[in-house]
Amino acid sequence: MDTKEFLRRLCEGVGVSGYEHGLVDTVREAMSPYVARVTVDAMGNCWAVRAGQAPEPRVKIMLAAHMDEIGLMVSKYEDGGFLRVVEVGGFDPRALIGQEVIVHTATGDLPGIIGIKPPHIMTDEDRKKAPPLHELFVDVGLDDAAARAAVAVGDVITLKREFVELAGEIVAGKALDDRAGIAVMLECLKRLTQLHHSADVYAVATVQEEVGLKGAATGAHAINPDIGVAIDVGHAGPGLPEHESINIGGGPAIAIGANIHPKLYALLVATAKECGIAYQEDVSPGRTGTDAWSMQISREGIPTALLSLPLRYMHTSVETGSMADIRAAGRLLAEFCARVDRALVEGLRWD
Amino acid sequence: MNDLIESFTQAYGPSGHEDQVREVIRKAVAPHCDRTETDALGNLICYRQGSGETATRKRVMLAGHMDEIGIIVTHIDEKGFLRFAPVGGMPPAVLLGQRVVFADGQVGAIGSERIDDPKDLKHEKMFIDIGATSRDEARRHVEVGDVATYQRPLSAMGGLLSSKSMDDRIGCVVVAETLRRLKNCPHDVYAVFTTQEEVGLRGAKTAAYGVDPQFGLAYDVCPVGDTPKAQSILNTALGAGAAIKAKDNSVIVPPKVKNMLVRTAEAAGIKYQLEVLAAGGTDTGAIQLTKSGVFAGCISIPTRYIHTPVETVMLSDVEACVQLSVRVLAGPIEV
Amino acid sequence: MGLTDYMQSLSEIRGVSGHEGLVRAKLRELLAGHVDQMESDTIGNLYAYAKSNGKTAGPKVMLAAHMDEVGFLVTGADKDGMVHFANVGGVDAKVVPAKVVRIGPNAVPGVIGTKAIHRQEPDERGKPFDPKKLSIDIGATTRAEALKLVKPGDQVTWEIQYGPFGAGLVKGRALDDRIGCAVLVEVLKQAYAVPVVGVFTVQEEIGTRGAAVAANKLLPDIGICLEGTVCADIPGTEPEGQTTRIGRGPAISLMDAGTIHHPALVKHLVAVAEREGIPYQYREATRGGNDAARMSLAGAGAMACAVSIPCRYIHSPVAVASPSDFENAVRLVRAFIESIARGELKA
Repeated sequence: MDTKEFLRRLCEGVGVSGYEHGLVDTVREAMSPYVARVTVDAMGNCWAVRAGQAPEPRVKIMLAAHMDEIGLMVSKYEDGGFLRVVEVGGFDPRALIGQEVIVHTATGDLPGIIGIKPPHIMTDEDRKKAPPLHELFVDVGLDDAAARAAVAVGDVITLKREFVELAGEIVAGKALDDRAGIAVMLECLKRLTQLHHSADVYAVATVQEEVGLKGAATGAHAINPDIGVAIDVGHAGPGLPEHESINIGGGPAIAIGANIHPKLYALLVATAKECGIAYQEDVSPGRTGTDAWSMQISREGIPTALLSLPLRYMHTSVETGSMADIRAAGRLLAEFCARVDRALVEGLRWD
Repeated sequence: MNDLIESFTQAYGPSGHEDQVREVIRKAVAPHCDRTETDALGNLICYRQGSGETATRKRVMLAGHMDEIGIIVTHIDEKGFLRFAPVGGMPPAVLLGQRVVFADGQVGAIGSERIDDPKDLKHEKMFIDIGATSRDEARRHVEVGDVATYQRPLSAMGGLLSSKSMDDRIGCVVVAETLRRLKNCPHDVYAVFTTQEEVGLRGAKTAAYGVDPQFGLAYDVCPVGDTPKAQSILNTALGAGAAIKAKDNSVIVPPKVKNMLVRTAEAAGIKYQLEVLAAGGTDTGAIQLTKSGVFAGCISIPTRYIHTPVETVMLSDVEACVQLSVRVLAGPIEV
Repeated sequence: MGLTDYMQSLSEIRGVSGHEGLVRAKLRELLAGHVDQMESDTIGNLYAYAKSNGKTAGPKVMLAAHMDEVGFLVTGADKDGMVHFANVGGVDAKVVPAKVVRIGPNAVPGVIGTKAIHRQEPDERGKPFDPKKLSIDIGATTRAEALKLVKPGDQVTWEIQYGPFGAGLVKGRALDDRIGCAVLVEVLKQAYAVPVVGVFTVQEEIGTRGAAVAANKLLPDIGICLEGTVCADIPGTEPEGQTTRIGRGPAISLMDAGTIHHPALVKHLVAVAEREGIPYQYREATRGGNDAARMSLAGAGAMACAVSIPCRYIHSPVAVASPSDFENAVRLVRAFIESIARGELKA
């Protein structure tokens, strides 16, 4: 499957944190040609496992990119057939106003709108405020009885947004955070078919990252890898100070900081240089807020690294990134995996 | 069930100091399980072997938390007043003017420094008065580190029951009553009365690691939206039955588990409602994240005025929770 | 015993969270020959297994003291050669301005300067400096020149000399928690009749990360955290807010944000202190957290407690502590473990 097509299908698919199962078929279809098996674990993480070429026991690399997107959940029926909602993951409520949404009910998808008073009847006070989420509501165009019959409390809601191809390599849509990372893993797997790699590579599409990095924690426990690499997104401008953001088109950002094993950072940088892959720096003094954070302290500790894709407008419905960055990151990851061997892994223990 | 509710809610047991309530619960449940034990964090683990075929028998963990919120003495001043910090979520406005009680029955009253603006009321400006007139006198009765809880007896209130610590002694009652009524359960049941839930789901985390269950069910209180101008997102109400949790701050219940609970309630004609919370966590989240992940859900007892001394429930909802719990455990638990 | 001749090097060695290598090397040097065995792991913790005299039945005791300090990390350089930085761990904005720092493995010197007061607007003067607007001046005038001297990711530490202070006190950088490390070194210099493992942990200041890994690995029965803690017996703090007082002995924790210290351990620490005539105090606060939480929640759980040295001005460039608190902490912890080994702990 073409990687951009894969990304489009993922972004247009539904996978709110805790409800990612609908995406598994797409992941399985795209990755199966390149791996020995695709399995789903107890939390719902999807593992695509590519065997290495060394004799057993082989080094295990776990790649992690999260499938889940932030979304909403129906929490209460309001008079008139309207729905109150809570967030699943961190939304900016201001970016929700006037959005079209889809309510995913047991019997099918229902279109909805996050409504707001028109400006004509807003008071001056209304105009200045940004309403919090509990003051917003979803209109599905039904009366009380019909709404209660069609929608259940607990149904999840996603933003309606098509995947949009902008100029050049730039694409936009909902949930590029972090389905772009899963696209990177696909690119990596494709590339690995042309490389010799001694280690087993577990490409894991993780769940519930947005609500506490949970899938990566249980997944790392189950796999118990020697190395973990998370692929997530990082903030790209406009509107951000230069030294606190990365650039679209500048290639993957390689993270450095306490969450990252210095030798894995060094290997990623050396690999990028050797292969002529443009990359950016990403200094993270503490918590990276990615799957790398939970992998690092799983069991007796897993040396971790993090690649970030530049992304504009994070956690809105128009997240914007570059296919060129995705392909470059996939290539870097594959070349990195090919350079991982037992000797490297043994050298990760400190003196 | 009323006797159980009274003895459980009235027992002393703030987070980290659950010895007394653990003993009350242990006595009540011991006749209904094979053995009980206590672990390093003070969790009470009650094991009951299942009667089913080994192939379909599951290792199930039930969790109701024994601990209640409280206040810990941090400093005794020279006049014998006690300064304190909260143990769990203790709203300052609710604490003011309350009577509190220590482990040995020592009673105190909560006062505050002069406050000009209600927004300034914080724990740091409050104190406990135990009627001592000097530090030395106070130290004959309490020490820094002692913890006090609300003192409030159980009362009937119209058709409702009100007491301190329904959170989560009512959940413990549901677990205890489940064990008492459960006959021919195919599964190995570990009924855990957990500790330190109010300060971060701590007991459940370590208990789940030790038990290593395949399925977990937590029992806790949930807020309701049926009082005047309640939180706009709350769907739940007293009298609408057992609340089946879809989500709270600690967990997104797997749809398979939520749906299994709903199906079980519908098949047995048990009144139920669905529960979605924007805030607050429960042991469900801690159980779910154990090792490689555990299927976990929660049956909630709808409760008004949570974290006040007058937490209020309707007995028919509690009964519905027990019935649902028993039904689930009697079934195959397929997820 | 005194506050040991090695306290100076422990305080002056640079080791911000994620950069603990030099501290680890020094500790290995200090413990060589005194313990049974030492090893490290992939996150950088140092494990030291105390000598045992052959008999080690009984509960496994893990002690934790963290090697890392708060400080900063280089994030980049701007076109004028000024170096940008970010906080590592809890650094209050008010301690950042007007300091001398050292950067990276070559300890490149720099200053965090601020606009002269003469040139500030009146409304600027009342507010704390915004650390996001500060940068480190290393004397470079272009980005390229700056990046020849420092790299993104380099650690940045304050430049402070350790030494005696006032009436028998000491002052230095990173007493939180190098003083806890020193306590652990001394505790490990004897044999015990229960298994005792001292762990010098990494990355405590950014979330007790090293301790999580170490506790998972060791799965202790009892955990003892050795820390440098808040001591605010200074003007502007009410008695009930001081937390601990300098010179009154090691502080025994009751509860903090991560742990409710096991009542049986707390009671026993007090009993041992009173029996041995060791001064002690309680840590009179419930905010803040440390490695004890990870020890208590590892695996199926453990009993955990914390013994801390009062340090004035922690999380600022220079802290103050009392050698007598240090000595009493060592005495208390040794006696406590010996008492546990004799089976005197009632759980």
